[in-house]
Amino acid sequence: MADSKTFRLCVIAPERTFYEDDVEMVELNTTEGEIGILPEHIPLTTIIAPGILRIMVGDDVKEASLCNGFMEVQKTKVTILAESCEWPEEIDIKRANEAKARAERRIKSGDSEINLMRAELALQRSLTRIELANKYR
Amino acid sequence: MATMRDIKRRKESVSSTGQITKAMKLVATVKLQKAKSRAENSKPYFDQMYKTMSSILSKSGGVMHPYLEGNDSDKKGVIVITSNRGLAGGYNSNLLKLVTKDERFSPKDTIIYPVGKKGVISLGKSGYDLKTDYSEAINNPLFSDAVDIGREVLEAYENGEIGEIYIAYTRFKNTVTHIPTMLKLLPLSGEEAEEDNTAEEEEVTDIEKLTLMNYEPEAEEALEMIVPKYINSIVFGALVEAVASENGARMQAMDSATNNAEEMIDNLTLLYNRARQSAITQELTEIIAGSAAVE
Repeated sequence: MADSKTFRLCVIAPERTFYEDDVEMVELNTTEGEIGILPEHIPLTTIIAPGILRIMVGDDVKEASLCNGFMEVQKTKVTILAESCEWPEEIDIKRANEAKARAERRIKSGDSEINLMRAELALQRSLTRIELANKYR
Repeated sequence: MATMRDIKRRKESVSSTGQITKAMKLVATVKLQKAKSRAENSKPYFDQMYKTMSSILSKSGGVMHPYLEGNDSDKKGVIVITSNRGLAGGYNSNLLKLVTKDERFSPKDTIIYPVGKKGVISLGKSGYDLKTDYSEAINNPLFSDAVDIGREVLEAYENGEIGEIYIAYTRFKNTVTHIPTMLKLLPLSGEEAEEDNTAEEEEVTDIEKLTLMNYEPEAEEALEMIVPKYINSIVFGALVEAVASENGARMQAMDSATNNAEEMIDNLTLLYNRARQSAITQELTEIIAGSAAVE
């Protein structure tokens, strides 16, 4: 890697290697807030919150939905381990809508605290998916 | 001669069995290829998960956390992954032996989280305490199945119902070698993580050790969030590998069954021809003897 304008990004999901290439910048949500990674970032390990993953290569911006996982940043390499990760065209909008309705119902019914947390996470996930899918339709 | 008919019937029955085993072998081969490619696709995830986990653990020397220290319960939870169907050679029995032959896992203080009907039946008979049956998961393991299993064992661990978590599954080394494996999931200890570190990774870790890793949130909190993910991913990996091993074992078992059937058919054909020959010879002798008597 002669120039430091790019770094290697690996996005790995349990079923497949989702993305692996040299990129200029990534943006994503962590539990601590939004974060953007440029080359030569300090080493960092952080937990990912559901949200949209933006990958910038040249003038090209790629977007994908990203839920639950964690990220390891090293100087020239960023590894994202995601439990699920999808390109906009892979999102099943019907399923996401159903998941959203289900999560909303569960939040209203006021279950125990753990279930509430889980439902909120599920809601966040489905909202991300719906947002992204609508944007690209 | 009656034996001629018997042999013929026997031969037909063996050959139809042979056809069935051959078909089963073909099915297993196709399934194996699918399961194998799944297992290979999911490999990078676990390798990375494992590396990150060990790097966090190696730096968490002073961290006090139940995930690292264990609790007071003497009970052990074991996730046992077997198959739903039989006819896979020693696949199931080899794995179950890992649990039943081990003194640490006496039926009295072991709770089993079974995946696969064969395990449910066999361990239930030996008097083990069985929890929720996840047998459906083995047909087509999804990550969400692993999450469900992981959540249940972790809850039991956190409630103090069980003090240690193990997973028993068959590792898929290659198409012909499958190794029944017992892995300790919790409590985690740094030593075990070190053990499995292979030589190829060592050179990388040396450089990594020099750079200081930052954690956001703090390492302890990150540990708390990553451990469940780590468990889930190991469970998922075990499920996927177990499916591949199951089909590999079945393919081998059916292959040898087909070979045996062919061998038996060869022997029976020989016997049949011999019987036919002797019947003809006998008839001839009788005719000649008869005509000699008339003259």
